[in-house]
Amino acid sequence: MDPHGAHDPGMTRFTLNGTEVAPSIAADAPLLAALRGPLGLSGPRFGCGEEQCGACVVLVDGTPAFACTMPVAAVTGKCVETVEGLGTPEAPHPLQRAFLELQAGQCGYCLSGILMAAAALLRRVPQPSAAQVKEALDPHLCRCGSHNRILRAVLRAAEEMQPA
Amino acid sequence: MNLAFHGPIADGRPKLPGSLHVNRRLDRWLSFHAEGFVTIRPGKVELGQGILTALAQISAEELDVALSRIRIQPAATPDSPDEAVTSGSLSVQECGMALRHACADARRIHLGVVAQRSGVPMEDIAVRDGDFVAPDGRGLGSYWAMADAALLAVEASPEAQPKPAAERRIAGHSAPRLDLPDKVFGEPRFVHDLRLPGMLHARMVRPPSRAAKLLEMRPGPALPDNAAIFRDGSVLAVVAEEEHLAQLAAERLARRAVWEECDTLPAEGTLEDWLRSAPRESSVVMENAAEVPPPVHRIQASFFRPFLAHGSIGPSCAVARWDGSSMEIWCHSQGIYNLRTDLAKALRLPAEQIIVRHMEGAGCYGHNGADDVALDAALVARAHPGRPIRVLWSRAEELGWSPFSPAMLVEVEAQADASGTLTSFTLDVISNGHSGRPGRGKEPTLLAASMLAEPFPVPLSINPPLAGGGGAQRNAIPPYCVPALRVAMHRLLEMPIRSSALRGLGALVNVWAIESVMDELAGLAGEDPLSHRLRHLDDARSRDVLNRAAQMAGWAQRVKAEGRGMGLAVSRYKGSGAWCAAVAEVEAAERVLCRRLWLAVDVGEAINPDGIANQVEGGAIQATSMCLMEAVRHDTRAITSDAWERYPILRFSEVPEVAAEIIARPEAPPLGAGEASMGPVIAAIANAIADALGVRLRHWPFTPENIAKAP
Repeated sequence: MDPHGAHDPGMTRFTLNGTEVAPSIAADAPLLAALRGPLGLSGPRFGCGEEQCGACVVLVDGTPAFACTMPVAAVTGKCVETVEGLGTPEAPHPLQRAFLELQAGQCGYCLSGILMAAAALLRRVPQPSAAQVKEALDPHLCRCGSHNRILRAVLRAAEEMQPA
Repeated sequence: MNLAFHGPIADGRPKLPGSLHVNRRLDRWLSFHAEGFVTIRPGKVELGQGILTALAQISAEELDVALSRIRIQPAATPDSPDEAVTSGSLSVQECGMALRHACADARRIHLGVVAQRSGVPMEDIAVRDGDFVAPDGRGLGSYWAMADAALLAVEASPEAQPKPAAERRIAGHSAPRLDLPDKVFGEPRFVHDLRLPGMLHARMVRPPSRAAKLLEMRPGPALPDNAAIFRDGSVLAVVAEEEHLAQLAAERLARRAVWEECDTLPAEGTLEDWLRSAPRESSVVMENAAEVPPPVHRIQASFFRPFLAHGSIGPSCAVARWDGSSMEIWCHSQGIYNLRTDLAKALRLPAEQIIVRHMEGAGCYGHNGADDVALDAALVARAHPGRPIRVLWSRAEELGWSPFSPAMLVEVEAQADASGTLTSFTLDVISNGHSGRPGRGKEPTLLAASMLAEPFPVPLSINPPLAGGGGAQRNAIPPYCVPALRVAMHRLLEMPIRSSALRGLGALVNVWAIESVMDELAGLAGEDPLSHRLRHLDDARSRDVLNRAAQMAGWAQRVKAEGRGMGLAVSRYKGSGAWCAAVAEVEAAERVLCRRLWLAVDVGEAINPDGIANQVEGGAIQATSMCLMEAVRHDTRAITSDAWERYPILRFSEVPEVAAEIIARPEAPPLGAGEASMGPVIAAIANAIADALGVRLRHWPFTPENIAKAP
């Protein structure tokens, strides 16, 4: 199996979680394939490939985007953020801390996308209402039924992020 | 071993708790390490339900070590204890109680040796985070110092005494999920994240409809990435170096495949007739004959539910590697040994040549595609020796080809006297069998097995016996006092749509039917639904959860409002599991939304209260989604609800608020919490809709169209 398609390593350059990258993948490949493939990430997940579930959501220049359908060329020169860039166990983002404190998750497959959508919301609306959180998370499916814990965790993170 | 299927085991050996009875060696369950940690080896697996955390708590408790010292070895053949299937809300009973006893025994054995060596009486030695301490504070050693002593190379003793409830400090307290940090930081944890050197990506090319046969592939240009084609009968796949190119190649190849199709499914609108008329095998579940006076109140009703999908957010995934003589598989099966049994049949290989390793998948609510995808990966891997093959199902496969929870019809006739007191109750439950799990029959039940060039017949799904929890007949016996009772089950003998276990099995429809009829009877007799139920319940724990949920919801003070309704329901899961009562509040406008749920549960000893609350809340929300929105769509050939747009589930803006309380019973045996809330929530929502709109629902899902059909 020879490599096939428009491989031109470095053709698509973008910033991933603060670092410039040029994944070796065809320009028309989905961003998700670049992130999980040559870029080696696990956070963005494949759920449906049809923009219906939100498991793949990452931020592109701060806005939630479905990485499953967006061609990697579309992020050329842009800033892509994934859950790996949000925080680490040593320095968690307030959202990650709140999700752990409130045990907001069961299987966890949907969480990467939800955390990113929530992070974008809190940058735009630092003190959202419950209704605003629900609206922001409506593109995201959770089958385990952790919705209410997730909602409370986002609101708690918002509170914690307020300057004292 | 999996009481869900086998029932209690009487083999003449001294009784040991849970799965320890059939996996008796202590070193199969745990081992100590000189570095200061303990490995436990549950045969049950993490499905997103948090079981590993509860099992670690139980183990840490009995050993008297910090929770952080527990390492959990992922289940794998042939070394893990064979605990059959992680299902039926039985993992705490079967695995938890095995580990509790095994760890208590390990502690006893170690203390015995230390006592003998030190002269300090065993009962005077304290264990402090794994260190053995004499009453005068003298150190007497530790598990870690004795890690090599092979003390656990023995069968568990029935003599071991786990701690009394009052002495527990770890079990019984909420502990954070051990798996959640990885998931919140995007660490690789799922089988989907496994990357092995040289791994290739495969995608299956499914038939356009059920029972379609692959005739030929039209010639065409080379596939992207020069993807290799795999074909065995009607099992078709592509294999490529890069994942997205495998995806593209599968789409291209699908356009070149020529299939012979035929009609094999009942038309969607005729499912109810099909359930009534299909050949069936009937059996009596329970019968109490009694002379009863002619009824004053009589209710006769049929409750219909279409097929339901699992709808896991992550599609099924497996990685397989064939080295020319042995097959190693990484997958998210609920039962690695059972899967190995069916893989051996389908691959026509000895089971000893197959290793099945569990890795977490996305949330699993029953027998989904996890086992099927393992066979897919193994078939393709055998054609590519030495190269690990990763198969990821598409969303369309996940929603269209996983086993479904079968369509059901429950027919009830209830009779009561003038006061509404039950005199007679008959219930007939009609459906396909609720278990088509692998490893239990002569033929493999895995999807691709029936599509091979040398195909296996598709075995009819079965219903486990009631002693093991039942399938279609799960919770078909009403919990209420009634003199004349007859419950019968009718298993269909044709299975056009592959059916198997989904969270709650038959309980979802049976509890809906029973609790609807109880509500109607109360209405006919002019009695409050709560008091009507309470006086028919002789089980104190059922009454307790019902009273508690009613109190939480302010049932007695409820005020009727236009377009709003409240309903309640109660059930003891499987008649032998956890108790749960639910009160639902619905708002009925253009469509019905459930706004609030109040739940009271009794799971006996609550190992991890927050974990239980999470499961109970989650079950409630999933049940709300199922009953308000969900139905598998199909025509006479194919499943058509193979995308989220055509199989919508509840989204954030539609989710009810849920309050859940656990009734503390630290002295009582622990019971699983995963499924208990579903039946009561569905029934409470149906009763709340009746309260809001004055109509009794007979068709699932509770959509405007089906509400319009209500009598």
